[in-house]
Amino acid sequence: MKAKTLERAAPMLLLAAILVIWQAICSIFSISEFIFPSPIQIVQALIELFGPIMGHAWRTFWTTMVGFAISIVVGLVFGFIIGSSRMAYSAMYPLMTAFNALPKAAFVPILVVWFGIGIGPAILTAFLISFFPIMVNIATGLATLEPELEDVLRVLGAKRIDVLIKVGLPRSMPYFFASLKVAITLAFVGTTVSEMSASNEGIGYLLISAGSAMKMPLAFAGLLVVAVMAMAMYELFSWIERHTTAWAHRGQAA
Amino acid sequence: MNTPFVDFRGVWLAYSEELLEKGEFAVEDINLTTRDGEFIAIVGPSGCGKSTFMKLATGLKKPSRGDIVIDGQAVNGPLKIVGMAFQAPTLLPWRTTIDNVLLPLEIVEPFRSQFRDRRKEFAERAKRLLSTVGLEGYENKFPWELSGGMQQRASICRALIHEPKMLLLDEPFGALDAFTREELWNVLRDLWTTQRFNVILVTHDLREAVYLADTVYVMSKRPGRLLARSEIELPRPRDLEITYTEAFTRKVQDLRERIGAIRKS
Repeated sequence: MKAKTLERAAPMLLLAAILVIWQAICSIFSISEFIFPSPIQIVQALIELFGPIMGHAWRTFWTTMVGFAISIVVGLVFGFIIGSSRMAYSAMYPLMTAFNALPKAAFVPILVVWFGIGIGPAILTAFLISFFPIMVNIATGLATLEPELEDVLRVLGAKRIDVLIKVGLPRSMPYFFASLKVAITLAFVGTTVSEMSASNEGIGYLLISAGSAMKMPLAFAGLLVVAVMAMAMYELFSWIERHTTAWAHRGQAA
Repeated sequence: MNTPFVDFRGVWLAYSEELLEKGEFAVEDINLTTRDGEFIAIVGPSGCGKSTFMKLATGLKKPSRGDIVIDGQAVNGPLKIVGMAFQAPTLLPWRTTIDNVLLPLEIVEPFRSQFRDRRKEFAERAKRLLSTVGLEGYENKFPWELSGGMQQRASICRALIHEPKMLLLDEPFGALDAFTREELWNVLRDLWTTQRFNVILVTHDLREAVYLADTVYVMSKRPGRLLARSEIELPRPRDLEITYTEAFTRKVQDLRERIGAIRKS
């Protein structure tokens, strides 16, 4: 019991230790806040500019969520198509992989030409960077049907679509939820990167303007806020995953 | 009475056009007839085309040559009057035992269109079936909460829920320990005795074949041919005691010799 409590508290303890050491280094060597702000200075900046920071954070948050929602829809549809037909798989998979290898930040200038400065590029960058893992996971879940089970159902007169709905989709749900956890953090990366060069609002914009004004504590405060948002969403999706597809995690239960 | 239930007439199967041109068949010249309600077993060395035979008998594969008639009808596509079970129980882990058993009714007509209205009745039927194989009280457990033998019982129930005329079993007890296997022999024997469906049991366990079947066919190694047919005249109902009698042992030994001869050739 004691060991378990300790295990649970371990990440918090580690974080506290890191903060203490960080603060100590900054204080002892009196490092300038223009170079490397201490945790206390970061928190001060956060409190001082709480209103504006939250404004930027909200902008980044909903932009990310819109992009992420699009990537769930597109990822599901494409994953379903790729996973349910071998022809579609062999036709689309290589292209998709090539696309995934492109650095998504490189799309931002193009998106700016098309959609102008603002939310357009941010939403689309978040989408472009996060739909791939969702698509791949759905496709994998669908493609790994046991052939025996398929025989059992086909003999009964099941159509391909019956098999996919009764067996394929439920089977791919654990893969789907696992991919959401990965995809949501990527979506935040996409939004922030896009805001850095193509927005007048959002955490990305805040980071760039704080950096150019040498307000390092503020820049770090921005990073902190993105980290908290991404982590909160990650935890949310991992909670949903545990509660909807418990059958796939039975080994870790109890 | 004398019309055969399963009738294979000179059936050959090659898995692809290329293999057909090269003359490489998975099974060759299968001729076989069964009476209605007969329990047959097919034994042979592994990789001999037993599973191919199953695919033919269910209509999942069409023969390259020859004809298959089952229950008076030429086989042209998947046969809904068939239930199947395999060595792996292949239960769906997100469904409870009873929902797994009900799965075929959600797919096969005429049950499919009635499923919503008659769900209760179907659930009752599934419960009765589960209790005949000794799974009473496990209806709402998930597959991972069941032992291997229990999963296999549930899998057999799933194969029987739509009251098929024919049950196809592909090494259904192969992955079980010896005691559980013998228990399930009796489960299958009792189900068959009361319901009298046709059974094709594919196995490499000769004792299993002799204990359960009316007729045992021996298949050669690839390309699969039926080399011998052996009627098991042991009296029914059979009990596990019978497996220790001389008549039983002689039958098993006789089959073993025939298979031994194939493996050497």
